[in-house]
Amino acid sequence: MNNLFSIYTVHFFALVLVQVLIFNHVNFLGYINPYPYILFIALFPVKNNRLVLIFISFLLGLSIDLFLDTGGIHAGASVCIAYARPVILKFAFGTIYEHQTVKFNAVDFGSKLMYFTILTAIHHLILFSLEVFNMSKIILILQKTLFSSIFTILISLSITIVFSRKTR
Amino acid sequence: MLFFLLFCISLVFTIQSHSYHKSKFINSANFLTGGVYNSANNISRYFNLKSQNQLLAEENRRLRSLLSNARISTDSVYIDSTSFNKSYTFYNANIIKNSYSLSDNILTINKGKNDSIKQDFGVISSKGIIGIIDKTSNNFATVLSVLNTTSRISAQLKKSNHFGTLSWNAKSPDFVQLTDIPKVAKVKVGDTIITSGRSSIFPKNIGVGIIKSFQLDAAENYYEIDVKLFNDMTNLEHVYIIENVNKQEITNLEDE
Repeated sequence: MNNLFSIYTVHFFALVLVQVLIFNHVNFLGYINPYPYILFIALFPVKNNRLVLIFISFLLGLSIDLFLDTGGIHAGASVCIAYARPVILKFAFGTIYEHQTVKFNAVDFGSKLMYFTILTAIHHLILFSLEVFNMSKIILILQKTLFSSIFTILISLSITIVFSRKTR
Repeated sequence: MLFFLLFCISLVFTIQSHSYHKSKFINSANFLTGGVYNSANNISRYFNLKSQNQLLAEENRRLRSLLSNARISTDSVYIDSTSFNKSYTFYNANIIKNSYSLSDNILTINKGKNDSIKQDFGVISSKGIIGIIDKTSNNFATVLSVLNTTSRISAQLKKSNHFGTLSWNAKSPDFVQLTDIPKVAKVKVGDTIITSGRSSIFPKNIGVGIIKSFQLDAAENYYEIDVKLFNDMTNLEHVYIIENVNKQEITNLEDE
């Protein structure tokens, strides 16, 4: 347990640093940035307490906000997906989740893609709505959400593939 | 319950960050984030040394030509310009965090209270305006970029004194919008826009950009002008901070 705790602490800081130092300077086509730090929330162990996850997500989002001077937009979006995660897990993985045995290294690719896609889309939609904070610019919000989501999903999946341990 | 509590907290932070000078805790001018950005910048600055050197050399050339072509003053009254007549102080600094892809962009620089940088000082580069100092910590400060939807800077046409307000519509980091230029002003594509010196932040005659296109607003009384910035906001390193020495006096007078 202690070991698990330290692994996730390292993940936390590594993802924050990688996000603010590398992925925020991508600026593909001028404004498209991936936000793969939500991997932390996506891959957090299923069995753990939900309140813990929500609280850690808040801290994660807030530390990103601190670096990017964005107020509380990342904190808000992260807390939302942490809250909604059980529902998305149930939708994406169905019966495996009911038995509380989801191992992210061992699930099939299709449902993993589905899981990431829903999680990322919700996160980015909330993120950019809060960032623009102006309903008359809804086109801009949707545009940013769409392009950044595609980018985030690609990067997230690559990271999970590269860093996954061969458990099978 | 915890979810709603934390979500509300983040909403409060978000709303605060959308109003000028309000975000108290969440800004990157603190010890931790400033330190991280500073050490990262120490590495990454080597990658654009060449282009930055070119910019500085270009500015040196311009200043030298100004210096050697300066008219020799025929005024018989001698003014010691170091003690009088000096209304602006310049500091130099480096950008350690640039941002231009959000709708409210905020930059971080490596000078702070210890270098007597305070809120509402202007920030320019060798080519033109960049923004206004927002938050300061001991060693770092954040800059409200012109590429921020809440930023409002007074600017005018170079060839006449018609002035208006610079704002940004969050579409492209190359263009800002100048509004409230009255219809009687003669506006042409390619004209230069400069700061107006009407606020106590920027002195007059600092370059902003050139007019790309213009049209009348809905009421047909004022022009809405797209201005192409002189600065490449995506490639910033060396900047100057301007302090208006007389600012206190001006604001006191205006408040009376």
